[in-house]
Amino acid sequence: MQTFKLGGVHPPENKLSAESVIETLAIPKQVIVPVGQQLGAPATPVVNRGDEVKVGQLIAKASGFISANIHSPVSGKVFKIDNVYDASGFRRPSIIINVEGDEWLDTIDRSDDIDAEIKLNQKEIVNKLNEMGIVGLGGATFPSYVKLMIPDGKKVDYLIINGVECEPYLTSDHRLMMEKGEEMLIGATILMKGLNTDKAMVGIENNKPDAIEHLKKLATKYKGISIHPLKVKYPQGGEKQLIKALTGREVPSGKLPLEVGCVVNNVGTAFAVYEAVQKNKPLFERVVTVTGKSIKKPSNFMVRVGTPVKDLIEAANGLPEDTGKIISGGPMMGKAVLNAGIPVVKGTSGILLMPENEAKRAEPNTCIRCGKCVSVCPMGLEPFLISKSAKLAKFDVVEKEMVMDCIECGSCSYTCPSNIPLLDYIRLGKNKVGQIIRNRNQK
Amino acid sequence: MSLLSISASPHVHGDNSVKKIMWGVVIAMVPAMLVSIYYFGLDAVRVTLIAVAASLFFEWLFQKILIKGPDTYMDGSAVITGVLLAFNVPSNLPWWIIVIGALVAIGMGKMSFGGLGKNVFNPALVGRVFLLVSFPVQMTSWPKASPITDGIADAITGPTPLGIVKEGLDAGLTIEQVMAQVPSFMQQFIGGVGGSLGEVSALALLLGGFYMLWKKIITWEIPVSILLTVLVFSGIFWLIDPTHYVNPLFHLLTGGMMLGAIFMATDMVSSPMSRNGQLVFGVGIGLITVVIRMWGAYPEGMSFAILLMNGVTPLLNNAFKPKRFGRN
Repeated sequence: MQTFKLGGVHPPENKLSAESVIETLAIPKQVIVPVGQQLGAPATPVVNRGDEVKVGQLIAKASGFISANIHSPVSGKVFKIDNVYDASGFRRPSIIINVEGDEWLDTIDRSDDIDAEIKLNQKEIVNKLNEMGIVGLGGATFPSYVKLMIPDGKKVDYLIINGVECEPYLTSDHRLMMEKGEEMLIGATILMKGLNTDKAMVGIENNKPDAIEHLKKLATKYKGISIHPLKVKYPQGGEKQLIKALTGREVPSGKLPLEVGCVVNNVGTAFAVYEAVQKNKPLFERVVTVTGKSIKKPSNFMVRVGTPVKDLIEAANGLPEDTGKIISGGPMMGKAVLNAGIPVVKGTSGILLMPENEAKRAEPNTCIRCGKCVSVCPMGLEPFLISKSAKLAKFDVVEKEMVMDCIECGSCSYTCPSNIPLLDYIRLGKNKVGQIIRNRNQK
Repeated sequence: MSLLSISASPHVHGDNSVKKIMWGVVIAMVPAMLVSIYYFGLDAVRVTLIAVAASLFFEWLFQKILIKGPDTYMDGSAVITGVLLAFNVPSNLPWWIIVIGALVAIGMGKMSFGGLGKNVFNPALVGRVFLLVSFPVQMTSWPKASPITDGIADAITGPTPLGIVKEGLDAGLTIEQVMAQVPSFMQQFIGGVGGSLGEVSALALLLGGFYMLWKKIITWEIPVSILLTVLVFSGIFWLIDPTHYVNPLFHLLTGGMMLGAIFMATDMVSSPMSRNGQLVFGVGIGLITVVIRMWGAYPEGMSFAILLMNGVTPLLNNAFKPKRFGRN
């Protein structure tokens, strides 16, 4: 079975919510919609305090090339536009809407009928994704329409659909493949048309045999789409690792997947593309896993953007007594959040509650030069060396040791027998070297 | 509920720990320890206990007076040094020489660099080589290995097979004549050949090696590259002139070859990090060992070879970088 070659770790999978069917979460009384929830520039609000909005109405407009439109996830009245804490731990401008009823724009097709006929042409697809505010739902929230704008001279050989979900605990992509597989494959077909390619590969780790089987059956109806089971290994969901696993091609350092003729999209994104193009529905809701060892009812919810995380936890039968950490995302790359009041955004794939006994890090010991961090690094770096150099503020060494190649997967910190927070120092180094490079390029 | 913790990802940690690795190595040494007790009786227990106790004591002492950090004697690394030191000395070594060995191993070999993880050389080998050059007589008169089931071990001492061959060849005997004086390969492999505590059974050492491979404490690169190099390098000479050079299997099975390749050269702290660096490290050890054994003054060269290659480990770390992703 295929997988990537270099490095990787096997954290316990803990897919507690894998069997939980997606439930639609009740609409909250108030939503908080950050305007900076995509990679790139924050969107510019186009509504004012007191405005009436409907579900799907544009409330903030993309500002610039790398940015995304934001649409109201609810109907009601704009309460205010204010700075609110989000998952990043910073206060960010957000549009706060008080909910009244659930009135959708007439332009959105709310039926469940599957519509497989693609009427839009390549250019219209690109524009539609831009208009509907579609961003990558795997976590990076990169505006999807930008990925479809292929520069002259480049050709896409493969569209790669990422159904790996290598993060422990998370199951939102898994459930989506099981329950919206057909729509997801139509979304993939739309993306293929948008990219002008006739081949798509769906990569799924073989800890989800039901999803592999299900999609294999469905895929026979869709031309050019093949389903590929992959051997379980973290971080296979990383774009570069997935391309390597599926095609054997290696994206050169500092380059985009397009360099090797690939474009990668998450299964959640493919589903959002389907809804945008076939149903005219902007991206304002998504599947979120709510999970944790002490949680009574590990669940997968279809949630409107802007819903406070505490509502999701309540719906999963409440916050466990022993909660020591709330993580937005998975345990390997997710962010610990300040409180349960932060809103779900387009990039929220899961909420993980960690019990207190697992929430704290162990005391670091001295490095015993075992080299395990080197052998697990999927980018072939030397985490101990970068980390140590960053700690000593030797940023020239940090740069020379290719810190910018680091994908921050956390395999090094995960595996270190001395509990050294390698990735913390590597991030510091990456940050500083990034600044140094920017300053140098300005001169 | 108390306050929430905030920290950067990753939020989970694997079940690796320094203690687990170190005690894993100790477990891997048990088969060889049992074999040494089988052949040398209570003397083996005595040497091992003194070496371990002295190592623990010096670890504790130097931590207290020199480094002044938190206690480290229970992390298992001092126990490994103690057992390895015991593995490298004859079973009739006086107690005070063992204590001096532990003092040099822990004090000079390890704590003077700053303790675990910071030493350049394998501490047990530093101790061993110090004893070898300071007490050459005591360090090279090995009691004959005889199973404890044969009754109380007699006090006969004799040279190791490597010593017999070296002396024999130097005295002008032919290979056939000297090989008639040493035990068969099978005997060398299973055990019962005279030598230091840990050298008597290649099989027991291999068992430990496979355990460490299974537990991912060591990787195959260093032991395999050492053994292959010795096999090929000594094999070439044997093929050219079998009347003057011994069978390569003899090199593999005798002396500290297995002990060094499996337990000493694989010491994480003093060996290179990248796979290619480890391969070069192993080849270097193999070459130097064979050169010393064939043409050097000492019958055995494993300890010197490992220490020499320990010394170039930082250079190997610089010269052999791991295979990078997307940069070829």
